[in-house]
Amino acid sequence: MKLARKLVDSVKPKFAKGSKLEKYHYLFDAFETFLFVPDTTTKNGVHVRDAMDLKRTMLMVIIALIPSMLFGIWNTGHQHYLAFGMESSFMDNMIFGLIKVLPIIVVSYAAGLGVEFLFSITKGHPVSEGYLVTGLLIPLTLPVTVPLWMVALGAVFCTLLGKEIFGGTGMNFMNPALLARAFMFFAFPAFMSGDIWTDLSPEVGHQVVDAFSGATNLVVFDTNYASLPSAWDMFMGFEQGSIGETSVLACLIGAVILIVSGVGSWRIIVSIFVGGYLMGLLMNILAPADNLAHAMHTPAHFHWLMGSFAFGAVFMATDPVSAAQTNTGKIIYGLLIGIMIVVLRVFNPAYPEAVMLTILLLNVFAPIIDHIVVERHIKTRLKNA
Amino acid sequence: MAEVLEKPKKEGLFSKKNIAIIKDPLDDSNPVTVQVLGICSALAVTVQVKPAIIMTLGVIFVTAFSNLIVSIIRKSIPTRVRIIVQLIVVATLVTIVDQMLKAYMFDVSKKLSVFVGLIITNCIVMGRLEAFAFAQKPWPSFLDGIGNGLGYGIILITVAVFREFFGSGSILGFNLVPQWAYDHGYVNNGLMMLPPSALFLIGGYIWWQRSRNKKLTNIS
Repeated sequence: MKLARKLVDSVKPKFAKGSKLEKYHYLFDAFETFLFVPDTTTKNGVHVRDAMDLKRTMLMVIIALIPSMLFGIWNTGHQHYLAFGMESSFMDNMIFGLIKVLPIIVVSYAAGLGVEFLFSITKGHPVSEGYLVTGLLIPLTLPVTVPLWMVALGAVFCTLLGKEIFGGTGMNFMNPALLARAFMFFAFPAFMSGDIWTDLSPEVGHQVVDAFSGATNLVVFDTNYASLPSAWDMFMGFEQGSIGETSVLACLIGAVILIVSGVGSWRIIVSIFVGGYLMGLLMNILAPADNLAHAMHTPAHFHWLMGSFAFGAVFMATDPVSAAQTNTGKIIYGLLIGIMIVVLRVFNPAYPEAVMLTILLLNVFAPIIDHIVVERHIKTRLKNA
Repeated sequence: MAEVLEKPKKEGLFSKKNIAIIKDPLDDSNPVTVQVLGICSALAVTVQVKPAIIMTLGVIFVTAFSNLIVSIIRKSIPTRVRIIVQLIVVATLVTIVDQMLKAYMFDVSKKLSVFVGLIITNCIVMGRLEAFAFAQKPWPSFLDGIGNGLGYGIILITVAVFREFFGSGSILGFNLVPQWAYDHGYVNNGLMMLPPSALFLIGGYIWWQRSRNKKLTNIS
């Protein structure tokens, strides 16, 4: 650590105001504060500084994402060997998963941070840490088979058009990671939907087993919900899907970390789950009695377990920038997300993964929800005054 | 001496002022990116370059001649019914364009479908009639129509070039992306075939234009 400090101190004067590399000051600043706590003190105004600055907040989210990421890596290998009917140990799965998943994560960070650094140099504003989380969220929402150049394009798109043109981190009105996924979903539909969820790179001496089907639960449940895997398997995540979304358990561990550390709002997470469950129950009541295989008959709690419901609720919808800000607003926002996810899933087979589009839609509506909540509050206060 | 007493010098057909009338709408007061008119057809007919060019020609024809005609008869139009008179002029011209396309370029007219008819409602046409032709002489009005049609066309064709190149890998139907690129995993961008991409591209164009043209930085 001392060595690193010395190294940083030795190059620091070169980046100071008025010296040769002044242009790259914020680039240097980003690396320095990433490694060390800044030693600057405030001169006027507020003197108490919370240790929970943006960088720590973002690190907390990354810690919360680790269970999902590790499980995703393991599951990538697991599904691969399962498709070829091969026995595999825990380590086999992890190694195969790492080989496949790590490049996606690296490319996502490289492309997005590249744009961020470019903007920090040309616009002269500090590099913010927002992309640390976005860069990890993007890979976790993608299928493992996605070509790397598409990941790069998605990351560049979301950083540029999702964030930087609105003024950078904290100014975006939509969740950048979901924006990247939505961009890729519409730009390259053949690589983002269909039977692409398991890596089927050939294994010497093995064939893909006959029973293998590339369909995810969301496609299965639309034709006949009874052929879904058991609730336990779906809860643990032994199923096909995007890298990070399959395990509800891992997402819940992340949720606990987020809620305990105060980074994620429990109101949003809980109300999304409640909204989805209530809508699922309503669907069951309204379901046609003569068609028992209809998607409306799906047990309500299955909606929690399928697809990326949990992942979206815990990591995507809780983004403090794009979510609703008021407490009542958060609950309305969450309930609406939960309700709409279930409605879209059941009635719109064209977009089986409704979580992405629903959260983006409600991101747009969040300011209106807040506005209505505040206005109502003012009205009631005036009435009681 | 007699020459000096003659009436003040007549303005040339292509005097500086008249050239400015054509040039202004191309950049400084572009109908699409600065006045934000005619956006919907820019989203709809820009999937390929060819329909975009045809559409541009159609709009240039309509704006130029409607400006000219309205400007000629401007003094005999009662102001209270001017919109109706303008609409009749525009509708006649649009019908001419539509029938010409149907007669000589049927496949393109199929592609443009209702959007030729919708030139009538294109805000650029009515906007120029109200703002310019109704108070100016015929010749400048005619030039203004051509200029605004061209300004609209620049955006339309720029957007269409991007959309056709990235969306179908070709321009004007000629394949530009070589086969080996597809063999190495290049894929056409499906988003470019959808209308929202035109909005992104126009947004990008506005961004580029305003960062370059200092006159536009304070317009909000």
